[in-house]
Amino acid sequence: MNAEEKKVLVEPLVDNNPITLQVLGICSALAVTSQMSTALIMSLALTTVTAFSSAGIAAIRNHVPSSVRIIAQMVIIASLVIVVDQLLKAFAYEVSKQLSVFVGLIITNCIVMGRAEAYAMKNPPWESFLDGIGNGLGYSLILISVAFVRELFGSGKLLGIDVLPLMKDGGWYVPNGLLLLPPSAFFLIGLLIWAIRTWKPKQVEQADFAIIPAHGEAH
Amino acid sequence: MEAYINLFIKSVFIENMALAFFLGMCTFIAVSKKIETAVGLGIAVVIVQTLTVPANNLIYTYLLKEGALAWAGMPDVDLSFIALMACIGVIAAMVQILEMVLDKFFPALYNALGIFLPLITVNCAILAGSLFMIERDYNFAESVVYGVGSGFGWALAITAMAGVREKLKYSDVPPGLRGLGITFITAGLMALGFMAFSGIQL
Repeated sequence: MNAEEKKVLVEPLVDNNPITLQVLGICSALAVTSQMSTALIMSLALTTVTAFSSAGIAAIRNHVPSSVRIIAQMVIIASLVIVVDQLLKAFAYEVSKQLSVFVGLIITNCIVMGRAEAYAMKNPPWESFLDGIGNGLGYSLILISVAFVRELFGSGKLLGIDVLPLMKDGGWYVPNGLLLLPPSAFFLIGLLIWAIRTWKPKQVEQADFAIIPAHGEAH
Repeated sequence: MEAYINLFIKSVFIENMALAFFLGMCTFIAVSKKIETAVGLGIAVVIVQTLTVPANNLIYTYLLKEGALAWAGMPDVDLSFIALMACIGVIAAMVQILEMVLDKFFPALYNALGIFLPLITVNCAILAGSLFMIERDYNFAESVVYGVGSGFGWALAITAMAGVREKLKYSDVPPGLRGLGITFITAGLMALGFMAFSGIQL
C-alpha cells in the first residue's frame, strides 16, 4: 500500500472527519444513533454506497461532460442505494423498518455527493474507492461513538444486551431519559467536536470578533 | 377542513423537518450565518417543497404503486421499488424548471435566491418530504398541505437559527467550541424547545 492510498484511508478518521470538520452527512448521524444496531447497519450501508459510488464515478469521470455530471452521479448513487435498500428489506427487515426513510436519504447524504465531487472526479477508481471507504469509516466512527453513549446511558443496554441493570428491574441504574431524545445527539456531537479540536488545535475556527478586556481589567 | 389545519400545524411544529427529524441539517448548519440568506433559502425550500410533494404524490399513485397501472391493462405490476429514483428525478427536474421559470418571469426573485436554488436538489428535507408522504399514504389534498407545512417549518427553523447565530458572534466561546461546535449545541437547545410541542394532541 503506497503513501497516497494510506493517506486517503486514514486521514478522514480524525484529521479530516466528514462530520466534525467537513460538515457533511449530519442528518442521518443525528437521527439513527439512539441504538447501536441501527447505527452499525447505517454505517455499513453508507460506507458501501460511498465506496462503490466513488469508484463508479471515478471510472466514468473522463467520459461525462461537466454540464450533466450531477445527473450522472445521481443515477449511480441512486441505483446503489436502491440495491442496499432492497438487500436490507430482504435480510434485515426489522432494522430496515427502524431506519425508515434514512436508507433512502443516503442518496442526498452529502458525504456521498461531496466525495464524488471533491475526490472521485479527479482521481482513478482504486484511490477513489479507498477514499470512499475512509470517509465512510470516519462517519461510522462518530456514529458509533454517539450511539454507544446514547444506548449505554439512555437505556442501560449495548446492542440490546443489558449492561447496566435498570432500577425498574431491581438493579441500581436510573436511565437518563434525555439521551433517548433526539436533541441529545446534537449535544454529544458538539462535545465530541470540542474534544477533537482541543486535541487537534489546528481545526479551531477563527473568531469573528476579538474580545477586548474591559477597562482596568488588564492590570 | 379541520383535518387539513391539524396536518399543517403538525407538520410545521410537532414534526418540524429540521428540529424534530433533523433533515436538511447540512444546509441548516452551513447557511445559517446570516438572517437574509437564511430567509432567501427558506422561501426557496417552501416553493420547491410545495411543488414536489404533490407532484410525487400523483406520480406514485398513478404510476408506481402496486396495482396503479391497472388503467394501462397491467394490474399486477408493482413499481414501488423505483420510487426513490423517481422522487429524486422529479426533484432535480422541478428545481431546474423552477430556475428557468423564475429567470424568465421573476428575475428579482431569481437574483435574490441565487445559488440556493440548485443546492436544494441535494437538501434531504425535500426528498424526505416525498418519502414520508409515500410512507404515510397521504392523498393528493393532504400531500399539498403537508408540502406547504413541512417547507414552512424548515424555513422557520433556519431563520430562528440564523437569528441566534448573529447574536452569538459577539460572545466569548471557548476556542474548541467556536463555530461548528457551539452551533450544534445551540441547535440541540432549539430542538429541546421544539419538543415542547410534542405533547400537543390535535
